[in-house]
Amino acid sequence: MRDVRLHADIPVKPVYGPEDLAGRDPARDIGQPGEYPFTRGIHRHMYRDRLWTMRQYIGFGTPAETNARFKYLMAHGQDALNVAFDLPTQLGLDSDDPRADGEVGRVGMAIDTLADMEEAFAGIPLDRVSVSLTINGMAAPITAMYYAVAEKQGAAPERVVTTPQNDILKEFVARGTWIYPVDPSLRLVGDLIEFSAMRYPRSNPVSVCGYHIREAGCTTAQEMAYGLAIAAAYIDMMVKRGMAVDDFAPRVSFNFTCWGKIFEETAKFRAGRRLYARMVRERFGATNPKSCMFRSLIGGGGSAFTVQEPENNIVRGAYIALAAALSGAQTMALPTYDEAYTIPSAKAQLIALRTMQICAEESGAADTADPLAGSYYVEALTNQMEEKILEELAAVERMGGIVEAVKTGALQAEVARQAYLFEQKLVSGEIPKVGVNTHVGERAAEADREVELYAFDPSVAATQVAKLAKIRGERDERAAQAALRRLTDEARGTANLMPAIMEAVKAYATLGEICQAMKTVFGEHKEPVKW
Amino acid sequence: MKVLIAKPGLDGHDRGAKVVAHALRDAGVEIVYSGLKRTPEEIVHEAIQEDVDVVGLSVLSGAHVPLARRVLDGLRAQGAGDIRVIVGGIIPPKDVDALRALGVARVFPMGTPLPDIVKFFQEAKA
Repeated sequence: MRDVRLHADIPVKPVYGPEDLAGRDPARDIGQPGEYPFTRGIHRHMYRDRLWTMRQYIGFGTPAETNARFKYLMAHGQDALNVAFDLPTQLGLDSDDPRADGEVGRVGMAIDTLADMEEAFAGIPLDRVSVSLTINGMAAPITAMYYAVAEKQGAAPERVVTTPQNDILKEFVARGTWIYPVDPSLRLVGDLIEFSAMRYPRSNPVSVCGYHIREAGCTTAQEMAYGLAIAAAYIDMMVKRGMAVDDFAPRVSFNFTCWGKIFEETAKFRAGRRLYARMVRERFGATNPKSCMFRSLIGGGGSAFTVQEPENNIVRGAYIALAAALSGAQTMALPTYDEAYTIPSAKAQLIALRTMQICAEESGAADTADPLAGSYYVEALTNQMEEKILEELAAVERMGGIVEAVKTGALQAEVARQAYLFEQKLVSGEIPKVGVNTHVGERAAEADREVELYAFDPSVAATQVAKLAKIRGERDERAAQAALRRLTDEARGTANLMPAIMEAVKAYATLGEICQAMKTVFGEHKEPVKW
Repeated sequence: MKVLIAKPGLDGHDRGAKVVAHALRDAGVEIVYSGLKRTPEEIVHEAIQEDVDVVGLSVLSGAHVPLARRVLDGLRAQGAGDIRVIVGGIIPPKDVDALRALGVARVFPMGTPLPDIVKFFQEAKA
């Protein structure tokens, strides 16, 4: 019989039975959906009361182009947005910065000033649509722009629902959009959490991500362990800043990946919810049950998709959607079948949206809460996954804790090591991948050419640069400069920087200027290059 | 043989670069890895400083053509045109020819099996 081992290095037996659950207390460990420790999900009736939110990741070119795609998907039943920004925006560089050459509008939309944000959300009522902003190093100024647009639209602050990603620790490990050194970066994370908790009670000011670390190469158990360690670091920081855990923890959310290995993913999320609930209650003393809920966006992992025979990715997407539904997602996003090639086409995005809708309304996966509960295999695997996650958390502690592990690069090195191990298993065939190392089509190379490539418009940069020059010329220059000076001054102290950032944003200071006003004080991060 | 694996531009995705670095090291190639967000000028400088035979650029953001051009131009301007430049990442088929025309020695687009990349270096070594 062939050996089966999961990505988390858990061996799988050919048969499971009651003996695999011996010694466990179902009432304590499994419980009921909607009740602590939330192993079975955070709501009593799960999708019968409310289906998961469908939130495809979108953004490219100019704010006007992105606005049109937002409206296209909303017209087809997508109920929330997830905004992609281009790299210069993510790194606090204006579109006319020499370092932005060739990158403006490439992998997301370009934002230079509040005027761009106004255009991106023109005709989209921000008191009715919930919007995720995939922004980290520049989360504070971009979210400030979002709040300013909402204010201009006349939206009441208590009706504004936005989720800036604002998870800088994972950026140091994977994805790489860090700007400032670790400590001032963490301060900005905390400033946005605190400001939002006070002024925008329905915002979710941090979305803790395991997603990108897994996509960078770590295992399922590591993904959950690192995510939980990062969440603990933020909660600890906010408590040390003087906030009560129940004043912000209910709005902490998570962003994790999911591949099509259904039972491993489901066990990962069930174990993660249980561990998070216990951590927030036992370690941080939360009393509000909402503080203990692991609310998650489950976004399918693009690295599970293949270049070879790309249409097969539509099928992979369906298994991922099923796994995410069985895992109890609050929000779902799927990679598109053309993921490995290009910025998604409108057609590919519609297929991904339809995949989630079919899963939700035709498959039956949404009919009852946590349908896999009580399965000998899934419950045993949930327990084993919990043990593995705890082992990985202990490994992080041995690196000096998550913040230290990120500063030294020890965590980055471990993720790279796992990525290489995984690749070796793909090469050897130990991890089967159809069309790649098994059932390889004879004409795979030619079949790949059917993908509609995103026609990047090189005039995007010129359009952005012209608009930026116009805004700089028209704004009240003295107000903009005064706001920037105030921001630099306050960065030297310990005050919450959000009010100063809001003032700069409303004075149409550019993102690059705002970034630089803080960089003068904070300096730049120096990457510990470890591989 | 000595190789500089470099991440030019603003793209922060380094999984591919690090996996290739590991594989080449296991194949006996001496590796220098630049870290993220290096400018083409910094990469040219490091390539010459480290006296490498090959520069491997990893780009996933779509900005590969202008970035590769600046590295190639920089190497030639410094009299180091003999250092070969290869490119890996999300490179659409139409851009493979554009990169070759610029003087890129070899392009490894997405989906390239790892052993193919290793083989290229082993042949180059021999």
